[in-house]
Amino acid sequence: MSEIELRSAGPILEMRNISKTFGKLRALRNVQFSVAQGEIHALMGENGAGKSTLMKILAGAIRPDAGSEISIGGTLVAMTGPMAAKALGVAVIYQELSLSPNLSVAENIYLGRELRGKGLAAGWLDRAAMIEGSADVLRRLGASFTADAKVCDLTLAERQLVEIARAVHSNSKILIMDEPTTTLSERETERLFTIIRALRDEGLAIVYISHRMEEIYELSDRVTVLRDGTYVGTLETHAISPSAIVQMMVGRDISTFYKKNHDAHNLRGKPILSVKGMSDARRVKGCSLELHENEVLGIAGLVGAGRTELARLIYGADKASAGSVAVDGVVKRIATPLDAIRAGILYLTEDRKELGLFLDMSICNNINVGVASRDARMGGLLNFRRSRERSAQAIKDLNIKVSSPKGLVGALSGGNQQKVLLSRLLELNPRVLILDEPTRGVDIGAKSEIYRLIDNLAQRGIGVIVISSELPELIGICDRVLVMREGCIAGELGGPSNAAINQNNIAAILTAASECDVPEHRHTHYSNLESRAS
Amino acid sequence: MNASTGNALQDALKKHQLNFMPLIQTMGMLPVLLILCILFQLVTGYAETADFSHAWQSGRFLSWQNLSIIAQQASINTVLGAGMTFVILTGGIDLSVGSILAASAMVAVSISLVPGASFLAFPAALAGGLVLGLCNGGLIAFLRLPPFIVTLGSMTAVRGLARLLGNDTTVFNPDLPFAFIGNGSIFNIPWLVVIAFATVVISWAVLRRTVLGLHIYAVGGSPDAARLSGIRVPLVLLFVYGVSGLLSGLGGAMSAARLYAANGLQLGQSYELDAIAAVILGGTSFVGGVGSIWGTLIGALIISVLTNGLVLTGVSDIWQFIIKGFVIIGAVALDRYRLRGSART
Repeated sequence: MSEIELRSAGPILEMRNISKTFGKLRALRNVQFSVAQGEIHALMGENGAGKSTLMKILAGAIRPDAGSEISIGGTLVAMTGPMAAKALGVAVIYQELSLSPNLSVAENIYLGRELRGKGLAAGWLDRAAMIEGSADVLRRLGASFTADAKVCDLTLAERQLVEIARAVHSNSKILIMDEPTTTLSERETERLFTIIRALRDEGLAIVYISHRMEEIYELSDRVTVLRDGTYVGTLETHAISPSAIVQMMVGRDISTFYKKNHDAHNLRGKPILSVKGMSDARRVKGCSLELHENEVLGIAGLVGAGRTELARLIYGADKASAGSVAVDGVVKRIATPLDAIRAGILYLTEDRKELGLFLDMSICNNINVGVASRDARMGGLLNFRRSRERSAQAIKDLNIKVSSPKGLVGALSGGNQQKVLLSRLLELNPRVLILDEPTRGVDIGAKSEIYRLIDNLAQRGIGVIVISSELPELIGICDRVLVMREGCIAGELGGPSNAAINQNNIAAILTAASECDVPEHRHTHYSNLESRAS
Repeated sequence: MNASTGNALQDALKKHQLNFMPLIQTMGMLPVLLILCILFQLVTGYAETADFSHAWQSGRFLSWQNLSIIAQQASINTVLGAGMTFVILTGGIDLSVGSILAASAMVAVSISLVPGASFLAFPAALAGGLVLGLCNGGLIAFLRLPPFIVTLGSMTAVRGLARLLGNDTTVFNPDLPFAFIGNGSIFNIPWLVVIAFATVVISWAVLRRTVLGLHIYAVGGSPDAARLSGIRVPLVLLFVYGVSGLLSGLGGAMSAARLYAANGLQLGQSYELDAIAAVILGGTSFVGGVGSIWGTLIGALIISVLTNGLVLTGVSDIWQFIIKGFVIIGAVALDRYRLRGSART
């Protein structure tokens, strides 16, 4: 596993029969993936399709099951760990950057491979040589900062460039980029693409992971699609089209996958929830919305648009600087989540492991922790019989697969964990349910069950708000969709008086270059929208 | 193929470990306690007779009298450890329990000397402890200061307060009204032991049978998730530090009753470390959310058995410190091992 023949024929990276099992969960099943030198190869799939698992295997972060084969430059290799992967020329640019912010750019680029002085200075760091070496790479990448700058003084885009510089500098042959543009502005994205193309032309193999279709068309030479941990196929340049990719990713007719049996006839009726001018003086700027009985309202937007922040403000999880929340026409003072729960508003967090579940507690306790004080006997004693009944009922209703309600919730799969968290909220009889990325990290079977559940809840009269980054999901289950951009509600689709909910209309609002509108002018914005749609 | 057989072996090992883990988690440190008892019985017997075959019969450790002494020695640490269990279950720490114990003992003995008010001495010890604990809790819960810093500060400040209360002298009262709890017995069981056991039982009931207890575990598991699920986290924190203070006050009354006296400087020195050690030995996780009060009882007994047994076998005071220190470190290592086995993924 020493030197890689740089100009070898055939793909530089070939992964065959890759399988990975976590406990009972099969994350990957006989997946194949190959990348040629000088190619940008997009890896696509829904959340939970196995993209990150595959890339972690390639980066040596996890080990595949026996029988999996990885060859680099035509030689079969063993990815025994991250160091081995690095030595083989595999570099990963993670979503969360892995730089040391307190060190300089040069020190970060040389991290782990520091240059040492010679002669009398042996053992000392040779800073000057490191800065010189880094400056070379930075010049090649067209960086606007110097090698002695502190990383903490750089913007996110610049930090990303440092990561790329580190990878280039260590002679990486294969560069993995996991959603590199989520935190970048449009201009920064353009610059990044220029750099990526330049690196490709220099002969690097680039694996590009992104959820944004436009980027895939613009950038990639080939596309490989995974679904439910299996390899679906690889599209050559000429075959890449939106419909082909979506078809491969979802793998079935979308119309039967999403359920919409509830009748949102109350869209013009009195709202059960009305939020006015909600702001936090940082990420959310004067958002207003109304939610009706029997309605599923979607909130679309890019990461960082302020969707989660808005939900947390409504729920009282964060402090609002302005704005009001009314339930059934009555303004409620909501300063804490408990106030919101008492007002009938419940919120499903997007981060169920950190902010939702108690992983060391039983499934039963996780379901009952919210409702326990309502069920309590004699002012504070736990009502075990009631909680057993509740958890048994919830496990049955939501089809949660558990060996025993007394088992630890941390041992469940993502989909079942999500159902446990959902049932905790449902036990509290919500009027309004705010679901933040309800199907993130959930397998496709549980996904459709959650869609059916949302549909059911809407049928029962509950108002549901769904925040999601997956547009097909929003289009499939929502009656109305609000689109957020830069902390404002930039447009509305669906419902009686708006343009239809579809990918193009959402994308149009997302990419509209105009600055945020102040809430008072929302109506003019709608008319803009309609004229655009017509 | 070679690789697949290796894999099968790994799976088998994993399965074995999976079956083995719950045993460690439920049994906790009980086997360690029993092994220590047997060991000390043999060693004391051997020291007496220099003959292994008679070591067991002639051991001095497992006599009714010695066990009673051990239980009494463990009782105050058990009470402090119970309070500490509440605190550590929320992921916090209370370093001030020894100082609060001293201050409460001073309050109790001083009030018992006031003519006509001596019946207030015992309740005053509890109230004093409770108030000091609530001060800790208020700072931690409402000002969101780190528990370690707050209680480190109050450990020092309350120690000073304890000395101030008696003008830095020892206060005596040979007619202490509640002296029976330090020296008396009921049905041949010392009151100290009865109080410690009752504390453990009540703590267990609160932790495992009430909504508040569930909320304490939830806060320890994840304070953010607890807040989002509608739990009033500050009140839970206030409660646990209040309990810790209250039980320190109880411990103060117990110490005073045993000695008929209190001294603000010496009483309860480094008791917080023994209490923390008992909790950790009992398997309560330092990050919070996992643990039980029964474990703390066993932890306190282990410490007491170690001290008593080492004295009986004639180990010097210096070595007792060194051995106890290693036992605590070993327990933390065990904590790591346990956490790795749990379902945190």
